[in-house]
Amino acid sequence: MDLTFSAEQEAFRAEARAWLAAHVPADPLPSLDTAAGFEAHRAWERTMFEDRWSVVSWPTEYGGRDLGIFEWLVFEEEYYRARAPKRVSQNGIFLLAPTMLEYGTEAQKARYLPPMASGEEIWCQGWSEPDAGSDLAGIRSRAARNAGGDGWVLNGQKTWASRGAFAEWCFGIFRTDPEAERHRGLTYFLVAMDSPGVTVRPIPQIDGETGFAEIFFDNVEVPEDQVLGEVGAGWSVAMATAGSERGLSLRSPARYTEAADRLLQLFHQRGGPAASADAVAQAHMDAEAYQLHTYWTASRVARGHAVGVEASCNKIFWSETDVAIHGAALDLLGPDAELLEAGAPGEWLDGYLFSLAGPIYAGTNEIQRNVVAERLLGLPRG
Amino acid sequence: MDFAFTDEQDALRQGVRTVLDTECSVDALRAFELADEDGRAELARNRWAVLAELGAPALVVPEAANGLGLGDVDLVGVLEEAGRACLPEPLLETAALAAPTLAALLPDRAAAAALAALVEDDVSFAVGGVDVTVDGVVSPTAVSADGTLRTPRVVGARDAAIALLACRDADSGWQLHAVPADSCTVYPTPALSSSRDLSTVHWPLDSETLLAYGVAAEAAVSLLADRAAAGSAALLVGLADRMLAMTATYAKERHQFGKAIGSFQAVKHQLANARVALEFARPATYRAAWSLATAQPTLSHDASMAKAMASDAADLAARVGLQVHGAIGYTWECDLHFFLKRTWALSRAWGDAATHRRLVLAQVRRGAKGTRTAMSDSRQ
Repeated sequence: MDLTFSAEQEAFRAEARAWLAAHVPADPLPSLDTAAGFEAHRAWERTMFEDRWSVVSWPTEYGGRDLGIFEWLVFEEEYYRARAPKRVSQNGIFLLAPTMLEYGTEAQKARYLPPMASGEEIWCQGWSEPDAGSDLAGIRSRAARNAGGDGWVLNGQKTWASRGAFAEWCFGIFRTDPEAERHRGLTYFLVAMDSPGVTVRPIPQIDGETGFAEIFFDNVEVPEDQVLGEVGAGWSVAMATAGSERGLSLRSPARYTEAADRLLQLFHQRGGPAASADAVAQAHMDAEAYQLHTYWTASRVARGHAVGVEASCNKIFWSETDVAIHGAALDLLGPDAELLEAGAPGEWLDGYLFSLAGPIYAGTNEIQRNVVAERLLGLPRG
Repeated sequence: MDFAFTDEQDALRQGVRTVLDTECSVDALRAFELADEDGRAELARNRWAVLAELGAPALVVPEAANGLGLGDVDLVGVLEEAGRACLPEPLLETAALAAPTLAALLPDRAAAAALAALVEDDVSFAVGGVDVTVDGVVSPTAVSADGTLRTPRVVGARDAAIALLACRDADSGWQLHAVPADSCTVYPTPALSSSRDLSTVHWPLDSETLLAYGVAAEAAVSLLADRAAAGSAALLVGLADRMLAMTATYAKERHQFGKAIGSFQAVKHQLANARVALEFARPATYRAAWSLATAQPTLSHDASMAKAMASDAADLAARVGLQVHGAIGYTWECDLHFFLKRTWALSRAWGDAATHRRLVLAQVRRGAKGTRTAMSDSRQ
């Protein structure tokens, strides 16, 4: 057991820290859920890509540095420490890319990964439907063979697609065999958002910005080479993405350790009642425990084991830790908590609103608790 | 970075589990509680002999003192198994508190003699006279009018060959003693967990038994408190794991409304919450063991964090465990109560979750995550 980083890893950390210090915009970018902010964040992705910082863990041929999971964690720690911009490409690079690297053809990887890494093509996720949220296997959007038999025709509706208002591409699951059992007969598609028949209706979020969108598919033609994985295997391919989303790659621990540190500074500046002291201490411990748990899981992965079913605990823990950290900050801010000023407290308020989505997206925490109870404790399905 | 146990460490833990499955089964715990004093002492002696055969009590005694020379990372899995089995004997006190404290004082003569008895005669140690509070480490040892010292809540004194006892007075500061059993008068204290060996010990202040005093004793006692927080966290992780396993099994077997009660979300989600708490207490506990083994400057912080998280996780597992068992869980016939009571005791021993949360906060606010200080004279 060794909980220290190697000299090489520390050198990499220093390199990342220096690059970020020199390149992170001094003023925060406008919100990525506005048209101007989206483009500003895309430009930031390009800046990172040019110096090979956008996807450090990817193979070099696609724009990465072929680094291991610990280097990725070190990079993330430095990224959050530098208070660098939100990743507008996160759906692509953190959710789709790991799935594509596992299930994609060589041609797909060569076509899609480099522009994903550079921010030239931003991806959104088309999974949820109006009647298929927690019950994801209940999706009804369908794909049928086209007349020529060399592609597919998509019809239906997706919703809650983050970045959907501005993205170039969408990855989603569609029903290709209506006769099959719910979890079978689904297929994973890659769809250009400018395809004829795609209509996007942005949905203003709780903060008034258009963070997500509904996407309507009306006889959208999709060629055969935009199927990811086997036809009919969409559920298992999608669950690989869900594994990344709930497990290691979507929410790196640095996000929480950095927020917990800022919370501690806020407490130091403003003070607060005993209950706040407890909340600040608990936030610090939970963020650090999540970091340790990630090191623990990453050590397993580095030894060649799969991410275990224990990872199903992660999403519950990080999402609720996030709400607790930001809620504690608002408590410390007291009557200032409602102010939308630049910097604190506005920043904490933004973070709080963002955190509240966590227990809902990527499989609600109620579904996650069922998963923990059934897969980790062996309780029977309801 | 390699946050994992070696195959040897996993094998050691598995060996201890296999032995405790038989030697410390729930039937054995039941027999132990029902035995008279002689019977109880014999059962304790026999089980300790089996643990000694595995090398568990002297695991961290240095090779130079004829021990196995292993470290806290090797020991943490063994402690977790002891918690899982609700082991009545003082393995934490002997292997994780007294042995390394004595080893650090070598070549002191009294320390060497005590370690020799541990290695050669398979004795056990009692530990007492140290409490953890938000203001630092304090001693509950009091002085009677006749000069005898009285230390309450000493663990393991009934069968111990030697008691490691601390006291402190405003004039001379801390003292740490290794007191032989024949110098101690032991008054067993009835306690909730009857398989936990608690006593008030009366002992004479004698320079012959003195291990350390003043600054050296203060440092030893502070480190002992960190060891106790980290070690009891490991016991609590084992207890939480066991209670969750028992409760999940019960929730699969017990049927109401024509279904296993574990298929109801109201039951599932309570158990999932306890499982998540355990999942994240575990790496915090293993990290504390590593910090002990490698003398990290963050040791006090890491030990407090482990104890806070493990206490909370085990308390939640106990609460959920009893609720899901329902009325049967409230009986003595059901096995659950052994683990509940041990949890309720240990989650508060050596500083409860709230105390350790405050200690963590004090350390991170200082910015150093530094070492805990025993209460110094200037602070009283």
